[in-house]
Amino acid sequence: MKALWTKERLPIIATVVVCLLLYIAAGLAFPGFFSLRVGVNFLDDNAFLGVIAVGLTFVIITGGIDLSVGSVAGASSILTAVLIHRSGMHPVLAMFGGIGFGLVLGLLQGLLIARFKLAPFLVTLGGLFFARGVALAISRESVQIEHPLVSTLASEGLKFSKGVTLTWNGIVFVLFVVLGVFLARQTRFGRTVYAIGGNPTSVGTMGLPVTATLVKVYAFSGFCAGLGGVIFATYTASGNALSGTGLELDAIAAVVIGGTLLSGGYGSVIGTLFGVITLGIITTAITFQGTLSSWWSKIVIGGLLLLFVLIQKGIEKTGR
Amino acid sequence: MSRRPWTFALALLVAVLVLNLFFTPGFFAMEVRDGRLFGSLIDILNRAAPAALLALGMALVIATGGVDLSVGAVMAISGAVAAGLVVQPDGFVLQALGPQSVGAANVIAVVAGVLCGLFNGLLVGFFRIQPIVATLLLMVAGRGLAQLLTNGQIITVPSDAFATIAIGATLGLPNPVWLTAAMALFFGGLTRLTALGLFIEASGDNPTAARYVGIDGRALRLAVYGLSGLCAGFAGVIAASNIKAADANNAGLYLELDAILAVAVGGTAMTGGRFSLFGALIGAVLMQTVTTSILTRGIGTEITLVLKAFVVVAVCLLQAPAFHEMLKRRRAPA
Amino acid sequence: MSSLLRMSGIVKTFPGVQALQGVDFEVVEGQVHALMGENGAGKSTLLKVLTGVYPADSGEILLRGDVIRPRSPQDATRLGISAVYQELNLAPNLSIAENIVIGREPMGPMGIRWREVKRRATQALARLGLELDVNRPIGSCSPAIQHLTAIARALDVDARLLVLDEPTASLDRDEVENLFTVIHRLKAQGLGIIYVTHFLDEVYAIADQITVLRNGTKVGCDTPAALPKRALVSLMIGREAPSEEAAPQREVSAAGEILVSAKELGRRFAVGNLNFAIRPGEVLGLAGLLASGRTETLRLLFGIDRPDTGMLMLDGIPARLTPRRAMRAGIGMSPEERKTEGIFPSLSVRENILIVAQVQRGWLRRLPRSAWAEADAMKDELRIATPDLDRSIASLSGGNQQKALLARWLIAQPRLLLLDEPTRGIDVGAKFEITGLVERLRSEGMAFVLVSSELSEVVQSSTKVAILRDRRMIGEADDLSEKAILDQIAEGDR
Repeated sequence: MKALWTKERLPIIATVVVCLLLYIAAGLAFPGFFSLRVGVNFLDDNAFLGVIAVGLTFVIITGGIDLSVGSVAGASSILTAVLIHRSGMHPVLAMFGGIGFGLVLGLLQGLLIARFKLAPFLVTLGGLFFARGVALAISRESVQIEHPLVSTLASEGLKFSKGVTLTWNGIVFVLFVVLGVFLARQTRFGRTVYAIGGNPTSVGTMGLPVTATLVKVYAFSGFCAGLGGVIFATYTASGNALSGTGLELDAIAAVVIGGTLLSGGYGSVIGTLFGVITLGIITTAITFQGTLSSWWSKIVIGGLLLLFVLIQKGIEKTGR
Repeated sequence: MSRRPWTFALALLVAVLVLNLFFTPGFFAMEVRDGRLFGSLIDILNRAAPAALLALGMALVIATGGVDLSVGAVMAISGAVAAGLVVQPDGFVLQALGPQSVGAANVIAVVAGVLCGLFNGLLVGFFRIQPIVATLLLMVAGRGLAQLLTNGQIITVPSDAFATIAIGATLGLPNPVWLTAAMALFFGGLTRLTALGLFIEASGDNPTAARYVGIDGRALRLAVYGLSGLCAGFAGVIAASNIKAADANNAGLYLELDAILAVAVGGTAMTGGRFSLFGALIGAVLMQTVTTSILTRGIGTEITLVLKAFVVVAVCLLQAPAFHEMLKRRRAPA
Repeated sequence: MSSLLRMSGIVKTFPGVQALQGVDFEVVEGQVHALMGENGAGKSTLLKVLTGVYPADSGEILLRGDVIRPRSPQDATRLGISAVYQELNLAPNLSIAENIVIGREPMGPMGIRWREVKRRATQALARLGLELDVNRPIGSCSPAIQHLTAIARALDVDARLLVLDEPTASLDRDEVENLFTVIHRLKAQGLGIIYVTHFLDEVYAIADQITVLRNGTKVGCDTPAALPKRALVSLMIGREAPSEEAAPQREVSAAGEILVSAKELGRRFAVGNLNFAIRPGEVLGLAGLLASGRTETLRLLFGIDRPDTGMLMLDGIPARLTPRRAMRAGIGMSPEERKTEGIFPSLSVRENILIVAQVQRGWLRRLPRSAWAEADAMKDELRIATPDLDRSIASLSGGNQQKALLARWLIAQPRLLLLDEPTRGIDVGAKFEITGLVERLRSEGMAFVLVSSELSEVVQSSTKVAILRDRRMIGEADDLSEKAILDQIAEGDR
């Protein structure tokens, strides 16, 4: 903890500062914003985005990108809903179906990227099309999920006080942040991810398993996107093939605002948590405000993104 | 072969057309009504126009080794500017400009597209931000800006003049086809009658060598992204005109991906260097032909998406050296 | 002292080149063995065979008497052979400690045991006599620390044989001393060290044995005491009896104004102490061994790198150059790295030749067709072997690509042309053509700066020669003969 203000930590410090400032500003502006309920809702309402962003964090730390996560979440949500609703499958099995779809697609993308050295954004662009096509092929209509277990997941969980509950969705998000932090900091896999992002050309000669790690990273991202879709399905008690449209942009924004460098090598899962919460604060504050329209959140997020990209560029420059 | 990178796309296009000749009755039928041509082929050209326009700009951007993800969102902005200036809805942000004629509104809308493109060019060329990242910014914020312009509404324009660009026809052919052709000629002239095309290819082919022969990479990128914005501006005007409305949410949605696909299929290397505007056009027409063929056969559009996915991966694999090596090793087992 | 490594009769052939023609090489325990040679001598091929990057065609490698066949760098590492290359294999974003142990972290029930990681890293550094804050990200450390960390990483795997490839390329004097202290320690621990460098002084400061390779064969192996500098340089460059003949005196229209001059010009870790003036009709040859700062000098003159000391004057005015500004001022450069800095691989030969002329003309107006004829004429003059100029330059052989790159600048006719190894990989006939062309353009008033590892070429073409040694210019040649220049390179300051 000697050097808190190193340039590597600047993005995450900026993230925390921006997040706190926004939170304080919103809290001062809107009565009730500081309540525990609003705080817990940040986690619940953004659980699907958060889980996806955790997976995407690893991809971006390697210096890659995964554009397919939004579509995969959509496909996973409709697949889960259809399996429960039409096939009468038990929700848990159905959820494994949704998550499995994401995992397999992520695995395939990872193989193409790592084995054949294809550009990640093009391969996952293909994944985006593919998943959306599959989703639409499964069902064009929105499908309701009526199952006691599903409503339990979306409404019950950890009770903090009267009327304030962190639902199972929120709990899964928190668990995934913990899992992500563990993977990133405490495993050889995680450290290899950072090393690949730091020096993509020569980590292979350091004797690290580059190909296998990249495949795992994209598979994990697919897994998280599938899980995100399942959470979205339980959260809305329905599946929709078009859900998750544009979600990849929110997820990328959350990761970058969370201090992860798009050029790879630097970043953290904790930062992504703050990024997701920052996006949550922006959208919630705009709802609280009432007269400001929802599109302002996109503009503000875009502006923040620009700010962070420029900060990152500045760091890279001084780093040379 | 390197001289005709579009051969592959053209062959595919011919193959799809031949398949239709046998399996889709009336696919090649054409008739003249009210002095304009109607038929599946004309329909394909007309519908392919926005993607083809974007593909022209995208081809140049990709040739410099970049990519422009923002064109879909820029289309939404320019559509919103055009419709808003004509209708002047309540709370319209550009009210200060006053009500405009359809022509003036469209020109301003295209200029807005160019400005967006120049913003991208500034980030990529002067701030040296990776193209994917730089254009992602407008991809995220662009639709928000467009919604800001339209105040979140779908602005409908009850003006036939406004619809002329997309729905009207000149000399029998729909106007978007003419517009695309004109832009293609303009881009062809700009890149081949001047040395711009050569500089773009050199800069994408080997950026270091380009710097060492004195090519100004920054100005070049500014220009190229500006041109891409120009195309997006026109495409946005067409899209708005087509539905007589500006829909900030859906105008040009995922069209940047179609444009990238068209460029890739048209034989331009995704890593930069040689580009083919003709190939990009063929690519766009090919994608639309496939979509229309699938639609007329009564199969759902979702198959088109899956097909596009396979095309992206196939094109990438065909361009990848690692894939060629693997094939070679398969053929001659050690 | 027992034999640690014995490589015998190593042969390695690449398509068209016999890179190693039966090389013998031996390292004993506790020995620093310097491996010397100019470009293409076979040093890196030999090391790559040793570290398992590729297999030898024939020959045998014995490590402590056992036959080994390393199949990959990892394999070699397991056998106890570790290499630290000039391009360091480090992850700059990770800490010193992590870079030392990554991939082999000690694991516990809660994942990586970070305390243990730090302990092990500290221990590995202690072996080198270093005490560092191992938590620092390596990217923020000096090149010296980075290098020592890479060595520590190599030692952490129990290396018995350490390959150091140009370890001092980016170190300053004190840091080199520091590294030498470390190397002495390692020697004392019985390690064998293969030391590759281009700096002569270092060899005599640290090496116990010197092996010289040239064109894939061993041309010398002796102790430093038995191999004085002069003899070493001769072995490397390959002229036991250098010509004492002075170059033909050429007329220089001396009246010309100074075009470019350098005063105490330099850049850290690149080159320093540059003092020269170039007038129209002059050819300044840069003589020196590989990595003596020749290419770096050209990079400063063309504005690719910024100087941090001294002054560069252009037409008598101090100038801050970029490649574009240099070009506008009438300076051109044909770089050494043909593939990465020279050719546009997917463009045609004609486009590659005419691009500079086109840049000079501006983007708006294309070159007229008449310019094509110039390209065709240049093709004939330089004998570029291609049926026509419209095929991709990538389809040409390396030598022909090089000629096309030269043609690019010869057509553009700058006032000053910087040539970095213009004749490498070119057949003898074309070399002659190029030399002739340079001489003709010179007599017409063009100026050149010429870098060539063939001393005879420098002497042949230059009107004066600047001598570079260990990244410093030590003066101009007193006498334009190979022998005099060789003496100056070997002996250093007079």
